[in-house]
Amino acid sequence: MPDVNREERGLQLKEKAFKNTLVIFALLSVVVLLAIFITLLFSSMPSLKALGISFFYNKDWDPVADNFGALPFLLGTLITSFLALIISTPFSIAIALFLGEYYKKGIMAEIFKNMIDLLAGIPSVIYGFWGLFVLVPLVRSLEMKLGVAPYGVGIFTASLVLSIMILPYSVSLSRQVISMMPGHLKEAAYSLGATRLEVITKITIPYTRSGLFAGLLLALGRALGETMAVTMLIGNSHILPTGIFSAGNTMASVIANEFSEATGTVYTSALIEMGLFLFVVVTVINIIGKQVIKRFTA
Amino acid sequence: MKQQQINKESETTGAMLRHIRIRNRKNYLFKALIIGATVMCTLPLLFILFYIFRQGITAINWQFFTSLPKPVGETGGGISNAIVGSILILLLSCVMAIPFGVGIGIYLSESPKSRLSYYGRLSVDVLQGIPSIVIGIIIYQWVVRPMGGFSAFSGSVALALMMLPSIVKSTEETLKLLPESLKEASLALGVPYYKTIMKVIVPTGLSGILTGVILSISRVIGETAPLLFTAFGNPFMSTDIFKPISSLPLIIFNYATSPYHDWHQLAWGASLILIVIILILNIISKIVQRKWKVQF
Amino acid sequence: MESTILKTRNFNAFYGENHVLKNINIDIDKNSVWAIMGPSGCGKTTFIRCINRMHELTPNAHVQGSMQLAEEEVYEMNPVLLRRKVGMVFQRPNPFPTMSIYENVIAGYSLNGIKLNRKEKDEIVETSLQRAALWNEVKDTLHKKGSFLSGGQQQRLCIARALSMNPEILLLDEATSALDPISTAKIEELIYELSTQFTIMMVTHNMQQAARVSNKTAFFYLGELIEADATKTIFTNPKNEKTQDYIRGHFG
Repeated sequence: MPDVNREERGLQLKEKAFKNTLVIFALLSVVVLLAIFITLLFSSMPSLKALGISFFYNKDWDPVADNFGALPFLLGTLITSFLALIISTPFSIAIALFLGEYYKKGIMAEIFKNMIDLLAGIPSVIYGFWGLFVLVPLVRSLEMKLGVAPYGVGIFTASLVLSIMILPYSVSLSRQVISMMPGHLKEAAYSLGATRLEVITKITIPYTRSGLFAGLLLALGRALGETMAVTMLIGNSHILPTGIFSAGNTMASVIANEFSEATGTVYTSALIEMGLFLFVVVTVINIIGKQVIKRFTA
Repeated sequence: MKQQQINKESETTGAMLRHIRIRNRKNYLFKALIIGATVMCTLPLLFILFYIFRQGITAINWQFFTSLPKPVGETGGGISNAIVGSILILLLSCVMAIPFGVGIGIYLSESPKSRLSYYGRLSVDVLQGIPSIVIGIIIYQWVVRPMGGFSAFSGSVALALMMLPSIVKSTEETLKLLPESLKEASLALGVPYYKTIMKVIVPTGLSGILTGVILSISRVIGETAPLLFTAFGNPFMSTDIFKPISSLPLIIFNYATSPYHDWHQLAWGASLILIVIILILNIISKIVQRKWKVQF
Repeated sequence: MESTILKTRNFNAFYGENHVLKNINIDIDKNSVWAIMGPSGCGKTTFIRCINRMHELTPNAHVQGSMQLAEEEVYEMNPVLLRRKVGMVFQRPNPFPTMSIYENVIAGYSLNGIKLNRKEKDEIVETSLQRAALWNEVKDTLHKKGSFLSGGQQQRLCIARALSMNPEILLLDEATSALDPISTAKIEELIYELSTQFTIMMVTHNMQQAARVSNKTAFFYLGELIEADATKTIFTNPKNEKTQDYIRGHFG
């Protein structure tokens, strides 16, 4: 009898311990996220206090003179991300249609799906490296033809590579929603004599447009936070960009370049504040994107 | 009268036929456009892979793998410290990320409706989207500063944080697909819950979980930003986890942006190695998924 | 006086607010085959799931009243230890897919960390498979995975797995509903032979099966135990009108 009791108690303890461990792990994920936010907030305090809101419209970034204006980087981030999105969107929808509508199954589907996935697998630093040696000379000759200063690096080059990098992210979601298009709606249109193009433009796209929009949002989120390739191709200038061929900087690339050498509390804190900004914006975009998806699949 | 009517009818029929022809033409053009755009987008991939292969293959030799980078000006040298560094950091990250990732995944699949589940899933989703440079900042504040310096350990923590969401997701998805009858069979034999999960459920879902782990490794192995101010880089060979350490992406970044041709060569070689590793990992994950999958 | 292996007194079961078993009083005698039958939703599956406390796995499930297995209060025992004494076979065969046939039969021991030497394991596996009338079909392929067997064979494997633990009671929850007639017949034969060594309770919605295989029958309706008696009596001379209606096929 006593043996059974001991075994019983041992069992109960182990069961409880296991269940509690799982709960603790899950709690940890929430705690870590909150801790990340709090750390960013806390570490940005010196800069928030010293510079306030002017941080975002001050166009001068001069650490030596203790002047921290993030406007050039804010602009750089926004311009490169939106430009990349504009360049990649027609292609991402085209590929989404290719994989979700025209070639849903079979060899073609497998080949191209894997190739697009591979694009996502290439590390950012390699994109940057390739961009430096292949794209930059090309852009330089383009700039010479256009009569613009032939840096080669700059916002345009960075946006170009960025558009390739974010392509797989919008494709994957868009492809899914397009392929989940209910067949009976398409068939109704076909039976009325519509061509495939007409079914796509008049039925499929309108029906899936919120899913497509979510795909673009997620791609935008990736673009905003992308660091390495952009750092290597954007020219690293602190001056306000004047055109798409000028050199510039994004918030992420400035952090990457200057964080390890930043001295002084306000300098470091200003960089972290930009990190906080990126964190908040990307998180909000991702949450909105996920909500849109949820509503679409409901 | 009749002739007029017939004329009118054939006019409209003619117009309709012309219209249909135009619509059909547009249809074909569109499809061609779609195919063209898709092929166009795969070109960068091919260019990049081809270019890296061509540039990198010339740098690959035995010395490349076994020697340390030489100082500026001297030819030769290798990336042995970066290879060792990458492996070390990854091993440590796996040790940290896998237990937590699988554990959280188990919780989410076992208690999908609890409030903690909702917030946990949300947190993991948010974590997945955080820019890698921000992760670097966080780990700098949490680990590098208290430790007083850069280290392989801090780099591993950063990468572990980045691996976590995909391990959690794939574990949860895999376990959710397992039928309830599996759990019941085990519980009815008097197997306690914790053993049922660890000895029946998880082993049955192993292929999916393992696939998730391999894919998450392939994603973080090329990450540079989170290592910039954590592992930091090291021109010498080091296996000390409490000191700065080199890694493949770091060395690519540093050498690619340097003005020395020799170093560019090394960076190409390193890029080739990195791409090959990522490709191999992806292939392995597909094999694991197919061969080990348990069918119900 | 036959010995009673399972005794319930005023036993009630609930899913949250839902009262699914009402005041069940029944005595199950040793080495008999009990058929538990009734129309859908009458609580028969809930009843047997209460015996090995699998009913608790549903959130908000709870019980009231007394249920004793071999004179021990089921609801005061540790559920895990209880389940080692009660064997259960489910409607859909569920052998463990990562284990071989051999490992499946011995799973109750290996998963519970009970150490046995090779000889003991071999004996248990052979005995259990013999009892489940599966030994001759699989004795040369013991180390292949269980998923290669047919549905009927898989179910017999699950029976062997449950029997290997020498349970006080073997519970069959519509164990043949998902099988073809030949496999069903094989398993019914098996039950008859097993009853000399084990007590069996089988939930079935197939009246003919109940009449063929069992020697006692309990008829449940809307959560109540309407009648429990020798099978012959229930089918030829039921005491309750509802039982009679059910037998005659007036509902169900």
